Amino acid sequence: MKLRKSAATAAAIAALALTATACGGKEGSAGDKPEGPDSKDTKALSYTVKKDVSIDSSVFKDAKKRGKLVIGAKADQPYLGFQDQSTKEYSGFDIEIAKMIAADLGFSPKQIEWKTVDSGARETAVSKGDVDFMIGTYTINDERKKQIDFAGPYYHAGASLLVRKDEKDIKGPETVRGKKVCSIVGSTPLQNIKKPKYGAKVTELSKYSECVAQMLNNQVDAVTTDDAILMGYAAQNPKKLKVVGKPFSDEPYGVGLKKGDKALQKAVADAIKAHQENGDYKKAFDATIGKSGSEYKDPPAFTDPK
Amino acid sequence: MNVLTDNLSLFREGFIGTVELTVVSGIIAMVLGVIIAAFRVSPVPPLRVFGTAWVNILRNTPLTLLFLVAFFILPKILFPDMDSFVLGVVALGFYTSSFVAEALRSGINTVPMGQAEAARAIGMSFTQVMRVVVLPQATRAVIAPMGSIFIALTKNSAIAGGFDNVDLFNVTKTLSNDGYDITMIFVWVTLAYLIITYAINGAFRLLEHRMEVAR
Repeated sequence: MKLRKSAATAAAIAALALTATACGGKEGSAGDKPEGPDSKDTKALSYTVKKDVSIDSSVFKDAKKRGKLVIGAKADQPYLGFQDQSTKEYSGFDIEIAKMIAADLGFSPKQIEWKTVDSGARETAVSKGDVDFMIGTYTINDERKKQIDFAGPYYHAGASLLVRKDEKDIKGPETVRGKKVCSIVGSTPLQNIKKPKYGAKVTELSKYSECVAQMLNNQVDAVTTDDAILMGYAAQNPKKLKVVGKPFSDEPYGVGLKKGDKALQKAVADAIKAHQENGDYKKAFDATIGKSGSEYKDPPAFTDPK
Repeated sequence: MNVLTDNLSLFREGFIGTVELTVVSGIIAMVLGVIIAAFRVSPVPPLRVFGTAWVNILRNTPLTLLFLVAFFILPKILFPDMDSFVLGVVALGFYTSSFVAEALRSGINTVPMGQAEAARAIGMSFTQVMRVVVLPQATRAVIAPMGSIFIALTKNSAIAGGFDNVDLFNVTKTLSNDGYDITMIFVWVTLAYLIITYAINGAFRLLEHRMEVAR
């Protein structure tokens, strides 16, 4: 009996030790505190909130009634859509674009309710009305257009490669043959780099941060996804990571809207255009992804809503 | 409907992936589970301690955490170039082995003490007692809970899909990223899981009938 008791204690201690080391390991990789995006940079930005806006759209009317605009965003992409876990505040380029749109729809930043939406759930969130619109490195494509509408594109990203600073062999997509490249489960860049043309060995994990952790451990050689996202990671950890090569795909980012709401689609498109013309777009760019090293490109022409 | 027909080969790959993960880690879990259950009832104290520690650590650690350890810590200290499938079935198999061991132990407890004592009285060794007298009787009692464990294992294998393995979960993610209607994806993936779990269900039902004895 006595033995059984001490065995149980030993087991409990061992279990605790195991979980503790597991946590330690995880924290270890985050231990050398990455330089996160600074919300100070975007604090200075503000947009004039329009008054007495009226749009013939049910989504807009509902938002007005509840006095809050619900915007779907990403929380794990530094400089694009990023949530500071201690302050719960969102920052980044997509967030700024969303604020511009909100301002033109008559909502101040305080009247915005942010909602983090996982990549796979974006169409559902938009079409079910969980969010009024979705803005989060959201590539416009035909399959998605069957379920929702897009306003945009407001930015063109392209797939690129993130490698360790001391990596010499990988210079672009044509040099990854046989190398281990990581991206997240089910993502398009993953399907891309798998193609015989590039012939990389792929590793699929659930989060980009896990890919980056594996790369820092030398288990994978590169991480691939949109350049804008990778630039953010590189800027977070400039001593160990760098982005190489030219972007090798085209990812036009748009704002995801409920299907059939033409009035809101037009209003959102007009809002982005207006802010591109008055310079807010460039200022927001400079304060966010500009800081991570992305070069400023003139905003792409809109594909007009049909 | 066209989600399935458009991506038939992807679905097939995912289905086979899930079956492979389940079968291989199921075998690992069975083998380890029997050994650990024997440890837990053995007369040797260090073995009992080992068995208790094994069960308590693995059963009480969330599976995702075990996967994280397998993928981020094991390669760092032990096996640097391990295949993700191997790491996946190790995590799944070890985790499930603790449940198998506990189910077996409860089965062993259903065998009356006198049986083991009688076997020992006629000069059988511990291994013989277990193999010839206790385990055959215990098996009968554990078939139903064992079926539940393997059904749970099938569903747990989805976690491996998030860690560099192609399985049904992985297919769900790929297709939803492509923009297909998520409801239809789920309908087909659920059906695929049902096929696997019903097959397990049926196999255990059959076993139960085979081993039935009048009491």
